[in-house]
Amino acid sequence: MALKRRSIKDSRGESTLFRVRALVGFTLILMGLGVLVARYYYLQVQRHDEFALRSENNRVKPRAIAPARGLIYDRNGVLLADNVPAFRLEVVPEQVKDMSAMLDQLREVVPLGDDDMDAFRKQLKQNRRFDSVPLKLHLTEDEIARFAINRWRFPGVDVVPYLTRRYPYGPLFAHVVGYVGRIDADDLTRLDADRYKGTSHVGRSGLERSYEDMLHGEPGYELVEVNADGRVQRVLETHAPVPGKNLYLSIDVRVQKAATEAFQGRPGSAVAIDPRNGQVLAMVSVPSFDPNLFVNGISKADYTGYMSAEDKPLLNRALKSAYPPGSTVKPFLALGGLEMGIRRPEDTVLSTGEFCIPGQQRCYRDDVRGGNGTVNMVRAIQLSTNTYFYKLALDMGIDRLSSWMGSLGFGKKTGIDLLGEAEGILPSREWKATRSKYPWFQGETVIAGIGQGYWNVTALQLAHAIATFAGRGTPYAPRLVMATSAVKERPVPMPNPPTGPTLIHKAHDWDVVNQGMLAVVNEVGGTAKGQFTGFPYLVAGKSGTAERFSRRSNDYDTNKNTAYLAARHRAWFMGYTPAESPRIAVVAMLEAGAWGAQDAGPIVRKVMEAWLASTGGPVPPKNTPEGGPSPASSVPEVPEDTPVAIPADMSAMPADNSSVAPDDGGTP
Amino acid sequence: MIDALQARLGRFLRRVMTRPRIDLPLAFGLLLLSATGLVTLYSASGGNMSMIGGQAGRFVMGAILVLLISRIPPPVLRSWTPWLYAGSVALLLVVAGLGEIRSGSKRWLNLGVLSFQPSELLKLTMPMMVAWYLHPRQLPPRWKDILVVGILIGIPAGLIAEQPDLGTALLVSAAGAFALFLSGMAWWKIGSLLAVVGSMVPVAWHFMHDYQRNRVLTLLNPESDPLGNGWHIIQSQIAVGSGGMFGKGWQQGTQSRLDFLPEHTTDFIFAVFSEEFGLVGVIALMLLYAFIIGRCLWIAMEARDTYSRLLAGAIGMSFFVYVFVNGGMVAGMLPVVGVPMPLVSYGGTSAVSLLTGFGVLMSIYANRKMHD
Repeated sequence: MALKRRSIKDSRGESTLFRVRALVGFTLILMGLGVLVARYYYLQVQRHDEFALRSENNRVKPRAIAPARGLIYDRNGVLLADNVPAFRLEVVPEQVKDMSAMLDQLREVVPLGDDDMDAFRKQLKQNRRFDSVPLKLHLTEDEIARFAINRWRFPGVDVVPYLTRRYPYGPLFAHVVGYVGRIDADDLTRLDADRYKGTSHVGRSGLERSYEDMLHGEPGYELVEVNADGRVQRVLETHAPVPGKNLYLSIDVRVQKAATEAFQGRPGSAVAIDPRNGQVLAMVSVPSFDPNLFVNGISKADYTGYMSAEDKPLLNRALKSAYPPGSTVKPFLALGGLEMGIRRPEDTVLSTGEFCIPGQQRCYRDDVRGGNGTVNMVRAIQLSTNTYFYKLALDMGIDRLSSWMGSLGFGKKTGIDLLGEAEGILPSREWKATRSKYPWFQGETVIAGIGQGYWNVTALQLAHAIATFAGRGTPYAPRLVMATSAVKERPVPMPNPPTGPTLIHKAHDWDVVNQGMLAVVNEVGGTAKGQFTGFPYLVAGKSGTAERFSRRSNDYDTNKNTAYLAARHRAWFMGYTPAESPRIAVVAMLEAGAWGAQDAGPIVRKVMEAWLASTGGPVPPKNTPEGGPSPASSVPEVPEDTPVAIPADMSAMPADNSSVAPDDGGTP
Repeated sequence: MIDALQARLGRFLRRVMTRPRIDLPLAFGLLLLSATGLVTLYSASGGNMSMIGGQAGRFVMGAILVLLISRIPPPVLRSWTPWLYAGSVALLLVVAGLGEIRSGSKRWLNLGVLSFQPSELLKLTMPMMVAWYLHPRQLPPRWKDILVVGILIGIPAGLIAEQPDLGTALLVSAAGAFALFLSGMAWWKIGSLLAVVGSMVPVAWHFMHDYQRNRVLTLLNPESDPLGNGWHIIQSQIAVGSGGMFGKGWQQGTQSRLDFLPEHTTDFIFAVFSEEFGLVGVIALMLLYAFIIGRCLWIAMEARDTYSRLLAGAIGMSFFVYVFVNGGMVAGMLPVVGVPMPLVSYGGTSAVSLLTGFGVLMSIYANRKMHD
């Protein structure tokens, strides 16, 4: 070492000095570690509660569990609306740094439609930042696979399983069951946000909408542990949701199917009601649509297709289309005449082909030139003699007429368990006063007597009226749902008590009108004679052929071409069977039908046949020649007190093997 | 020739293995610390066996290094010291010239097969150099000596800070400074030097990188930027605080397991430890560190010459800087700097360089003063 030293190195002194320094240093180090421990004491003991809570809040998030929507069955337990598993993309906004950039990137992985984006943006605004928002519903396997590979690129986005609605019968029940649709911004303002947390669908139409409250159920929630990316690691605690209630329709799939097929694609509607309790046995509107298309967002092309179709498949004609009822009002008018004491059954009227109001020039025609001659009430119904009813209406006067017909449910909602019913028009002074500056004219009373003029009724209203009559005057609100059940519980019948006392006070009055309608179907000269030949039970009914336009030329009298007439007419037919103790009342309406009996009659017959087959009754032989085995057995072979839904039917319902007669509640 | 060489090497290795000249209490403390590190890493990495295996492998390598270096007598080390120091500073200059940039800073030197940070070398060569310089001098050091030591420290520390790696620069300077402190530098000189350094803080602030300033600012108010710079500090404090007195239990720490805690196997592994073992665990670990440092200082006191004393003491005391800076950072007391928790944090370079230092300590222990 060539270093110069200024003094001799003091080895021992240095060692002592070092010892002191080392001890001082160690003391300082211990103090430093003490400071550190003090800091940890401060964090871990003094502020422990605060940090423990924040750690808990970090990792534990509540997550809503959507309840499974109630299922919908037909009266025999056949599934009409089902829940099937599917997958959707969900986004937790809180976890996404740049939403639009993320969506742009995501678009390259999973195609996102404009509809998806609109709905997503709307819901995004409504939701809290940490609630996940569905972005795209019903992912395909391919989309799921593609997203899974790219998942790491999209924190806050995840594929989530959910239950989507499926309607196995497609168009058959589209107008009855309706469909669910994706919840949109409008729904969010309307719905209870807490009940719909985690739910993506809500009932949009039909029973899905009117029974939304029951079908939806109550959501549950779970506490899940999430990591810093918001991905769920495990479930800590689960509070199960309460599934929605299942609905059982009184409709039998087979009857519904037969009714639909009977239309052969011609626009119209049919409604069948059990007169004893108001249960709807069939309700069709032709044409129909596929409700499955609406569930996860209908494509623009499909929707435009439906909206621009000339015969309006989305329109529920049974519920919403009101047309002049034509001659179908006649039996009701006759009953009114009897009840009010204006007519006795044996009172006759001479029909000459033309009826003129006394003291007026204006005259009103009969259907047949020269008229039907002298007719009593039964024969007037049988032949649909206009003059008889012109006169009856005139004698009754518009006030009594509209009040009587109103009591049968015309001009107001029937109270069926569907939303959006049309009220139709019941001609009355009040109605006219609200719409016209002219007073009521007598001529308007006259044509009201044959279901023309201001009259407008829906098939449902007419079915309700004829069912009320067939049930000997006891009115019931039509009901599609006859029972409900909570999950794993027995179905409980929905009570449907009569909406009022019987309208028919003298049993004999009913017999007379019934006889008239029996004659329509069964007597020579009846407008529907031959339409029900071979049907094992007596059918009573009445046809109606309403003119769509007022007559402007004499063409009408000369041109008997069916197509020409169909373009001008709406064909109605209403009927019920068995005539002595009716168990089904059916109305069929064809928007373009030449004649009520010939065109709408067969539809009613097919509904009745299908209904009969479904209840296990005798299957009517086809094309039995007249005078064959007597169709006139007026006593039904099924014991009278057997409810329509026989125990065997109900046993087919899931989770129930007892014999609950769903109409126990209603039938007196 | 080759046979003879092999025979010599064999004898040497046998001696190393059969009669290791190591201080058993210190070795035991280091073993306990490494075991704690592996146990914590197991939990922090979520049972990632390849990480555990890698870390354990490094510990084994480090242990072999300790045994080998313990055989090198301190005078030999001392004679190598200027060359080692000059070599590591030269490497720093090379890095400054053509180093590899990783995550924004230029610290790595890629040698094809392995890449390493030359700044790690300074953690050892720096106290060696200061000790070497002070060894022949009369102590306590005079102003001139202090100035020379200041330059010896300042050049590499400046180069490292420029990379930028504030944490390592701090550790390197501290190691040199401790040697100066232990050499008996007069208290008034220490005081006046600290005063000068303190007055330089605003100047340093001026030369700091934006991200470094941000770290300091965030430390003062972490909630101001909870998703950015404050995230580390907040989540780390939540982890520590939620651990409480007795901790959540091994592998039960939700903050790290659910990825709320960033860097939870490396710089922030002590947060995992605190969360899972609580204040009791923290105190136990601190006692272990204190024991190791104390033992190092005891070895230093027993050392035969000035060089050994200063070197052993500086290595032991700089161990404290690791613990204090990392522990303070995890607890939100100090800014976030890249200083690992020694022998607990995952990562090769620091474990190996630390154990090399302990190898030197073992050598000093083996050549301690002989008591009569």
